[in-house]
Amino acid sequence: MAQGTLCNRQPINTEETLQALLADTQGKIYYKEMQELDVDTTALGLLIEKTCKSRIRTWLSICAKCGLCADSCFFYLANNHDPEQVPAHKIQSTLGELVRRKGNVDNAFMIRAMDIAWGKCTCCNRCSIYCPMGIGMGVMFSYLRGLCFSQGFVPWEMKIGSGMHRIYRAQMDITSEDWVDTCEWMVEENEEEYPQLEIPMDKENSDIIYTVNAREPKHYPEDIGDAAILFHIAGENWTVPSKGWEETSLAMFAGDWEGATMQVKEVYGAIDRLKPKRMVVTECGHAYRATVIEGPYWAGLESGKTPVETLHYVEWVLEALKTGKLKIDPAKKIKEPVTYQDSCNYIRNGGLSTVGREIMSFIAEDFREMKPCKEHNFCCGGGGGLNGIGRYRQQRNVGMKIKRDQILETGAKLVITPCHNCWDAIRDIEEVYKLGIRWSFLKPLLLSMVIVPAHLKPTEE
Amino acid sequence: MYLFITGPLLWFSFLFFIIGCVVHVILYINGLDWKLDRVTYTKNIPYGLNGAARSVFFWLIPYGTQSWRNNPAFTLIVFLFHFGILFTPLFLNAHQVILRERWGINLWAIPDSLADVLTLCVIATALILLLRRIALPSVRILSTFHDIVVLVIAVLPFITGFLAYHQVSDSQFWLMLHVLSGELMLIAIPLSKLSHVVKFFCSRVQLGIDFGVKRGGMKSGGMKW
Repeated sequence: MAQGTLCNRQPINTEETLQALLADTQGKIYYKEMQELDVDTTALGLLIEKTCKSRIRTWLSICAKCGLCADSCFFYLANNHDPEQVPAHKIQSTLGELVRRKGNVDNAFMIRAMDIAWGKCTCCNRCSIYCPMGIGMGVMFSYLRGLCFSQGFVPWEMKIGSGMHRIYRAQMDITSEDWVDTCEWMVEENEEEYPQLEIPMDKENSDIIYTVNAREPKHYPEDIGDAAILFHIAGENWTVPSKGWEETSLAMFAGDWEGATMQVKEVYGAIDRLKPKRMVVTECGHAYRATVIEGPYWAGLESGKTPVETLHYVEWVLEALKTGKLKIDPAKKIKEPVTYQDSCNYIRNGGLSTVGREIMSFIAEDFREMKPCKEHNFCCGGGGGLNGIGRYRQQRNVGMKIKRDQILETGAKLVITPCHNCWDAIRDIEEVYKLGIRWSFLKPLLLSMVIVPAHLKPTEE
Repeated sequence: MYLFITGPLLWFSFLFFIIGCVVHVILYINGLDWKLDRVTYTKNIPYGLNGAARSVFFWLIPYGTQSWRNNPAFTLIVFLFHFGILFTPLFLNAHQVILRERWGINLWAIPDSLADVLTLCVIATALILLLRRIALPSVRILSTFHDIVVLVIAVLPFITGFLAYHQVSDSQFWLMLHVLSGELMLIAIPLSKLSHVVKFFCSRVQLGIDFGVKRGGMKSGGMKW
């Protein structure tokens, strides 16, 4: 059984193996080794037998092959209606074959399956709501990713991402100390303007436990500062945990269910320890999907719910606006045309389609919908981990044409993107296609227009 | 021969069809696993029922979903085809006569002229579906021999029935073929993807529960299909 030193069936569980993988620039050796990676067909067959039950087998067998899923897929539309991009074809020729052959496939088959599972599908699940038979193709692609991962056929960045979660319980190498330091630093940065500002660490029995995306402490610490200021202005009794602060899950994107379980248990552990009343998740789509929607199942919670009620950040914002905890200065509302990017993970797959519109009614004077929108919106083009995978960069850039055209049609130059993946993809749309657009999370926009109560302002000496 | 195919073989076909469908549903439900599927089937039941009902109802209504509305011509064809296939044999006068003579059951029957129109609708729409399968690259790439065979099996009783009723050449021959093709269809349902007769509902209900209890239904009131 040929196993590479970097590309193999073992998940990353040690710092040493993680560093070795990171040292392989762009995964050159990794992908070379993958060409020789053997498939353990017995193990794959057993895994399929154990985990592929009536739901997926029925989906695979009743597909009427009507092709209605074709037009629902942004990859199909962006690639000039290439039949190879029809979702039913993509899943039938990969997972369908794997199940029919009971895992008896070769290396070339698995590499092709990987290239389709990560490079031609973002698991946005749009095709699932256009299929008359109710076939959940996004769910099946996610399952296919799990099968590929079990055999080591996973894009280099996803293998690294899953390893990060296994070692650091975060998608990036941020330790608990790094996180606590970043929070302290953000308080220091802002305490002149907001003298009583604090980021309460590990406070028990607070109303809100706030959890973030590791990119925030790593690359965008000001986002944590902004969140703290908004909670401060709103007068919330909140906290962040020193452990279990990371909501995201590249392990989910990688199909590493064991890693995804480790990650989500860390967050639920923080909830158990600190006993907050509710949890609020930062402006991230897949973080919400992983920790709030899928997470309870990985952690074996029979309720199917998080240990305490959980809000996506947009829900907290709307609640704060409605209750008057956050008051908007009417003169500072957004005057220019503005549009809103619906994140697949908490709109189509999370039921929060009306929240963004209600927020827009508080903060924007000329809000313009993309068409289609809400549950029917197109993926930003970079979801499901695709943004981060170099091997499929060109394919992703082609796929982004659909979102580009949707934005252009609104006439808006500002796109509100309360999701890290969407935020990245729309930034890259600008980088690739030069539309002259801007993009923003909600937090900085809210901070620019919220009324700061007099008692929270610095006293003049 | 005629007595055999309208007697024991007919009974066998109906039993095979009914038992096969029931077995499919039982196996489907037995195979559901809340942990593997990541759907709590037995929790938050009102939300699950709401999700399931929405998922079935809107898809059974012509133009009831965005997908149907986006494809107006195809939707018309699909609904005509399925309506004809289900409605015509149930309320055909000739079938009612058999029911009356054998069991004394009196059901409403449609005029033969309407049955003719519906039968031609089934044949014509099946032909369009077949041509669409060949003509559209996005559908052609998906199509297998199985897909064509099941379409032929589904439409054969209508072609043979039409020829038998209008007494084209040897009507007894066409009648025999009609009964046989009907029996073939009944037997083929549990054995092929014609099993979507019941699995359509299984799949739609399952996905509806998924969206109802897990993917947003508890916050949004239900997926806007």
